[in-house]
Amino acid sequence: MVTDGRPGTDAAAILEVEGLTLTLGRGAGAPRILDDVSFTVRAGEARGFVGESGSGKSMTLRAVMGILPPTVHVESGRILFRGEEIVARAPDGSPSTVSARLQQLRGTGISMIFQEPSVALNPVTTVGEQIVDAVRRRDGMSRRTARRRALELMDLVGIRNPGERLGSYPFELSGGMRQRVMIAAAVAGNPQLILCDEPTTALDVTVQAQILALFRHVRDELDAALLYVTHDLGVVAELCDSLTVLYSGKVMESRQDLRAAIDQPFHPYTRALLQSTPDIDHLEQRLRTIPGSAPTPQNRPAGCPFADRCDRVQDDCRQGPVPDVGVGSEVVVHCLHPFGRGSAANGVIDPSPAEVLR
Amino acid sequence: MSESTALTPTVRTRLTLPSGVARSNTALVVGLLILGIIVALAIAAPALSRWDPIEPDPLHALLPPSGTHLFGTDNLGRDIFSRVLHGARSDLTLASVAVLAPFAIGLAVGITCGYAGGWFDVIVMRVADIVTAFPFFILVISLVFVLGGGVWTIFIAITAVSWVAYARIVRAETMVVRNTEFVSACQVGGITTPRILLRHIAPNVLTQAVVYAMSDIVMNVGVIVTLSYFGLGIVPPTPDWGAMMADGQQFLAAGYYGLTLFPAAAVVLTSLALSLVGEGLAHVLRIER
Amino acid sequence: MTRWLTRRLLLAVPVVLGVITISFVLMRLSPGDPARAALGDKANQAAVDSLRHQWGLDQSLWSQYVSYLGGAVRGDLGRSLYFRSPISALLEQRLPVTLALMLLGALFAVAIAVPLATAAASRRGGVADHVTRALNAVLQGAPTFLVGGLLLLFLGVKVAIFPAGGYPASLGGRAVALVLPALTIALSIVPLLVRGLRAAMAESLTSEYVAFARSKGLGERVVRRRYVLRNAGVSGVSILGIQVGALASGALVVEQVFAIPGMGSMLMSGILNRDYLVVQGCTLVFGLLVVVVYLLTDLAYARLDPRARLA
Repeated sequence: MVTDGRPGTDAAAILEVEGLTLTLGRGAGAPRILDDVSFTVRAGEARGFVGESGSGKSMTLRAVMGILPPTVHVESGRILFRGEEIVARAPDGSPSTVSARLQQLRGTGISMIFQEPSVALNPVTTVGEQIVDAVRRRDGMSRRTARRRALELMDLVGIRNPGERLGSYPFELSGGMRQRVMIAAAVAGNPQLILCDEPTTALDVTVQAQILALFRHVRDELDAALLYVTHDLGVVAELCDSLTVLYSGKVMESRQDLRAAIDQPFHPYTRALLQSTPDIDHLEQRLRTIPGSAPTPQNRPAGCPFADRCDRVQDDCRQGPVPDVGVGSEVVVHCLHPFGRGSAANGVIDPSPAEVLR
Repeated sequence: MSESTALTPTVRTRLTLPSGVARSNTALVVGLLILGIIVALAIAAPALSRWDPIEPDPLHALLPPSGTHLFGTDNLGRDIFSRVLHGARSDLTLASVAVLAPFAIGLAVGITCGYAGGWFDVIVMRVADIVTAFPFFILVISLVFVLGGGVWTIFIAITAVSWVAYARIVRAETMVVRNTEFVSACQVGGITTPRILLRHIAPNVLTQAVVYAMSDIVMNVGVIVTLSYFGLGIVPPTPDWGAMMADGQQFLAAGYYGLTLFPAAAVVLTSLALSLVGEGLAHVLRIER
Repeated sequence: MTRWLTRRLLLAVPVVLGVITISFVLMRLSPGDPARAALGDKANQAAVDSLRHQWGLDQSLWSQYVSYLGGAVRGDLGRSLYFRSPISALLEQRLPVTLALMLLGALFAVAIAVPLATAAASRRGGVADHVTRALNAVLQGAPTFLVGGLLLLFLGVKVAIFPAGGYPASLGGRAVALVLPALTIALSIVPLLVRGLRAAMAESLTSEYVAFARSKGLGERVVRRRYVLRNAGVSGVSILGIQVGALASGALVVEQVFAIPGMGSMLMSGILNRDYLVVQGCTLVFGLLVVVVYLLTDLAYARLDPRARLA
């Protein structure tokens, strides 16, 4: 059902991640950075991908783009773009061979925006060159056309005096400006899916708001899908339509409807995250913190990884196995005792008005 | 990263060598092994040489390697093996000792420059720039020429030129450490300047200088051997690898390789061992950081 | 950029002055009488005194310095006893030879170091990496005259591909004659070059900007060329520039080994024949050469890396 123009479950899937498991190194006991992660992004959808540092969210993006560090291997699972397989386990387990199709898609089908524009832009070349680079992926385009297109893009992302800025070096620009440059380069090829790796984390709050507005603008203009990785639920609430919550390499909760997720989270972790997010309309509320810290890939316990920090933990949580329960494909929750009526035993969650957060 | 780590010093206050280092560092182990053997041979040279390295014996000239003469004999009948061993004594001793003075001078100057800054720093760095404007070997050879040959001149010449590298390294490290919160904490705590310098800054800047010293000894060996090759270095008849190679050159065409081959191998092997030790040390000491 | 340049040039002035001063002081450090040492013990006192007068050694130190400074600025460095001609004339002939040798050496060094460093950086801990490390370790310890001698022996004498030393009159002959000596000095700086380049490349390959470039869809070869090599090349230029001293020292040695009539062998002749003015003049010119090359290197670096212009 489409209510406000945003796609529902009928829209075609742009990105499908199926059972992706990433390990650090190879071999039987290799620690898992991602453990059987699955989610889908539909055409035009903005999916928030939320987790603490170390949860594996950045790695997920890099896996999709095929730029994993050499030490990280695809143990199992696969990734599909518009139904085509672009990432799967290599026969020898090495991640370094990027399929030809993925190579073609980079920039035009899928593009990526990085967190730190100061290190993601080449310090010794001008920003103009770096945008033109992205425009001229295939050397067919003439320099003049590329330059004109670059100016258009800079306009799109709100860079004033683009003509002058073409010859500037990254270090001469402010953080917000650099991020705009990166966004310009990322959308140069009219991608259908934009991967965003915490693009506003390194910026201060006022600039952050501007960049978020820019994202909304860009996404409307291009009608692109976004996979937006962040640890900040506030940002997700502003920009995204759907939500996937990652904890210690596993998907804890995945919801098609962001608003519903915020109003009524089903997973204890999601709930705790929401309760620890400051709400400007309710400043007097006490912030609840989640004591302890997430387990590292090396010492992940059996059973649910969140067990030690969970309010609702019970004995069977630590033992496992923990099922994925849900309502169709709109809701997926990885928990033995989620909120919502009905238990995990019958595999269904019944949204209960009693546990609405707001 | 919790707030408390900002106050915890990330630098060491004492030089400690972690145990279990040898297991994970092949370069260091192999290097030390080879170096140890060479040094042991050099020290024991008089005992190990059956034949006098200096006394000529024309009747037994240009003999190939055998049981009696491990490396054969040279054109004057002298046993090459004992000459190589004695050469190790002179060359290695001079090369190592010639590192000490520049190290000390560079350390003192570098710490002062890095910590105090000011006009002292400016002047010293200008002088350093001027000294390094001359190619190292060219300046050394000119100095040796002017001061007359011999061991002492070589020592002075090398010292006069080498101190700069140490000063620069130490100065850079000092400036890094000086700006850490750790030192500010010391200053606020009322610890006097000399004490800060000695107990806290020196151990940290020392490590880089020590690692560099290894490659400096290698360079010194090269300089000494080259000087002797050109007849400007260690005065004969004291055995020296460079002089041996120079003497043996003329016999290469005739097929007598031993005169040049063995001292050459000694030079390369020694330098190799020193480089490995330096690399291994760098690896070890960096881990500690 | 021009402001940076003028500032840099001004900074170089005291260094140049210092170089001239040091070469002056150097020759006066001699414990004995340079004129006596030059002419030998058997020479009579009158000849020695006359030489002292000619070299200006009977004047005050300060006036000696002033006339030396003046001479250096004019290009008059005195007259060589051994060569029986003005030193400046000798330098005019010999400096280009040494420069050609050093330049060729630098070229060879880059040609050898870049592929090695690229191979080593591409796969950490791979075969190329270990081989390169081993090569480096051996080359660093081998004295230049040894490497030169070996090359001369095996490629010049045993298998006469290259001439066994000497410097013919023809341009082509000269080019060929410089190959082995240039290769020798190249090998002496290859270890440091490789180490620096490999580190720079490894850092580049794992950097965020390379990841971003890849994500833009640029092919691997383009990424390597425009991002990795370009960025590593920037630091490579400055590493190479610093090696000029090593190249010069190497030139000194190989000119002797291969009998090349350059500034290095001129210096050696000066030393071996106790010709003080020659030693002084050559040392001075070598020093000035290094200062000029450092300046050019800084210039090149600032052109390539815009952030340097802030310093």
